[in-house]
Amino acid sequence: MVKVKLWGSLRQFADDQEWVDVDASNFKELLDQLSHLYPALRPKIERGVSLAVDGVIYRNAWFTQISDENEIVLMPYMVGG
Amino acid sequence: MALDTPKRDFKIVGTRVPRPDGIDKVTGKAAYGADITATGMLHGRILRSPHAHARIISIDTSAAEAAEGVKAIVTSADFATPDDAGIRDIRDNCLALDKVLYDGHAIAAVAATSKSAAKAAIRLIRVEYEILPHVTDVDAAMKPDAPIVQSGRAFESVPAGMSQNVHSHVEFGHGDLDAGFANADKIIERTFKTAATHQGYIEPQACMANLGADGRGELWCCTQGQYMVRENCAAILGIEASQLRVTSSEIGGGFGGKTTTFIEPVALALSRKSGKPVKIVMTREEVFRATGPTVSTSMDVKIGMKNDGRITAARAELRYQGGAFPNHTVEFGAQAAFAAYDLAAVQTLGWGVMTNRPKEVAYRAPGAPTAIYAVESVVDELCQQLNLDPLDVRLLNAARKGTLSAYGPTFNEIGLVATLEAAKNHPHYTAPLGENQGRGLSCGFWFNFGGNTCVSLNLNSDGTVGVVEGNPDIGGSRASISMMAAEELGIPYDKVRTVIADTTSLGFNDVTDGSRVTFAVGLATIEAARAAKNEMCARVAKLWGIDTDAVQWEDGSVKPAGPNAGEHAPMSIADIAAIADETGGPIAGHHEVNADGAGVSFGVHLVDTEVDPETGATTVLRYTVFQDAGKAVHPDYVEGQMQGGAVQGIGWALNEEYIYGDDGLLQNASLLDYRVPVASDLPNIETVILEIPNPGHPYGVRGVGETPIVPPLAAISNAVSRAAGIRLTELPMSPPRILHAITQRRDG
Repeated sequence: MVKVKLWGSLRQFADDQEWVDVDASNFKELLDQLSHLYPALRPKIERGVSLAVDGVIYRNAWFTQISDENEIVLMPYMVGG
Repeated sequence: MALDTPKRDFKIVGTRVPRPDGIDKVTGKAAYGADITATGMLHGRILRSPHAHARIISIDTSAAEAAEGVKAIVTSADFATPDDAGIRDIRDNCLALDKVLYDGHAIAAVAATSKSAAKAAIRLIRVEYEILPHVTDVDAAMKPDAPIVQSGRAFESVPAGMSQNVHSHVEFGHGDLDAGFANADKIIERTFKTAATHQGYIEPQACMANLGADGRGELWCCTQGQYMVRENCAAILGIEASQLRVTSSEIGGGFGGKTTTFIEPVALALSRKSGKPVKIVMTREEVFRATGPTVSTSMDVKIGMKNDGRITAARAELRYQGGAFPNHTVEFGAQAAFAAYDLAAVQTLGWGVMTNRPKEVAYRAPGAPTAIYAVESVVDELCQQLNLDPLDVRLLNAARKGTLSAYGPTFNEIGLVATLEAAKNHPHYTAPLGENQGRGLSCGFWFNFGGNTCVSLNLNSDGTVGVVEGNPDIGGSRASISMMAAEELGIPYDKVRTVIADTTSLGFNDVTDGSRVTFAVGLATIEAARAAKNEMCARVAKLWGIDTDAVQWEDGSVKPAGPNAGEHAPMSIADIAAIADETGGPIAGHHEVNADGAGVSFGVHLVDTEVDPETGATTVLRYTVFQDAGKAVHPDYVEGQMQGGAVQGIGWALNEEYIYGDDGLLQNASLLDYRVPVASDLPNIETVILEIPNPGHPYGVRGVGETPIVPPLAAISNAVSRAAGIRLTELPMSPPRILHAITQRRDG
């Protein structure tokens, strides 16, 4: 089980929780579980999100390993110019 | 990929080798988008809306079709329906569907045998409009009774009851704001506004398309991403990606503005209909009216501070308009706003808003410069009112390893403190100032990212090397990639040539954006070179009849790994290449990756300005940029990015703005009326590169392209505010605006 931090405006779709517990060992499982547990999060997840693992930001990296020893933060999908 | 070693002596990386495109560019030999031609080519021209907002009742093309030289006319009816909502918006921006959403919105296009024939035919197209009310200001667009730009586009995060123009809402932060503000000795709250500015690339969009009736096509264009162009165009034209080959030309600037498509699907549709190659080159007026500038904003910032400079609480509310379609720019502004600070209580709210303006496109570090402008302005005013040194206050509150960032994660090793200390120790910071002069500074931050990247590295028969990468060279990547390949292989820089692939010659690559190319393509190049080295080692080991473990790569040659490997003369790359046929065939290395670990970036800008109290005109006297660049592969290019960001920021801060009239029409769609900085406006931009290795790259490379545009707005505003003796809260700080502020101060 990992703890995932949601940014402020997402919390309304996850029972107003800042941190949610998810049974996942990688990025893909985490997204699937979040969508399953909190279906209102699904539209945002499908439009794209990033994941910060111990401060390193990942985009679309489904097989990124995560564990309960990591700090895991959901972030908007990164773009640039 | 992790950093190879914390400290390494590079031979080629870090030097200032000649740029491979330099001679072509200064002699006019380089082929840009408008330079591409084809036999039998037609000229395309686009009809654009003269209204800010109108329903299209009908389009009558009959007279234009009958005109001499006209071979094809297209409208949105010639486009397919992409599955992806984002690409559907791009399609509807390329040619309007049922409404024109802003002044300059494309409606129809003509292909004719000459430019004049195309231009004349455009005037013959009859469009019947139902004029609709319009809105171009972000605050006005958020009002419940504002004209509605598009209905039903709000994301789920937008509370019920708001104007339908509000499409997105975000919130970031942590801590107890009320307690933090209650603990402050001084609180300042200000409202800021910034105008939309254009990326200002010198080369207008240009393309040449050749799409046959069989659905096979070729497209040449200036773009920041040929693969992105292929994906967008294939979806909009309803053809398979494999049938469209896109080749990027040399590019005369992009800065994020060429990370989408405007004319390319139109040219392809005209080509498909006419059966001829079709070229479209935008005019500068079209670039202003119909390609995307950055957002304009309205922002509230409130910060509480103790008498010793410690920030106790911070809050920002950002309202960004990005034109007539939804976008995500406010998300990045909201995340970046307070990233430079270690804060116990912080909250940032963001609202994304649609208006009747052109569809916003990324502009270096999208969303960050404006948010940080507002935050850094309030920090500076607090420093003034509490009589504190602004650099000491930044150092006191600086984010560092272990800081819980305002956008969520905890920072690892970051270079902000080192960058601030470099600024503090620089002679610029203590240089005397004269009358009507002021000094300003600002921190800046950007995320950076890596992304999808493919590289092929091929060993030629003479021992030279070709590298094939898939990102248009917008900031010197052909040089930096060649340098990293040469470094890794241990051969001279001039033995490596890097070229940019078309979309059929290499796997998918993300757009050249996010300050990603030197980081991600460099990483893939190093891996490709290592794969090629492994192959060369294996072949030499086989030749010598020993295990691969018994050979090693050193200084561009394969050598025995130790005395037990036997006596063998080292074999250079050229030696190995000469016998490649006999030892197993061509030797190459390649690497495909979705790169992560780019690492966030910080910079500090320091600027002195003088304000003429009689005219309100500002002179930028001195400017120094400090930035954590990771390992600077080619310092000239790194300094160029830092200087370029400062110059663009000077324009953004002092003069550049999209000006709309009450009629919703753009008033200044030319470089005469939209004033970008010219050389005579600028001092020499000094640069200080801090090389703090990025732990996510084998050579410690960090993206540098976007962070330099972030601090200038606040740094210059702080300098001007101190010089003028009054706090400025609106950009651009054009002479009339400054003079008005000075007059108000004088009049009490």
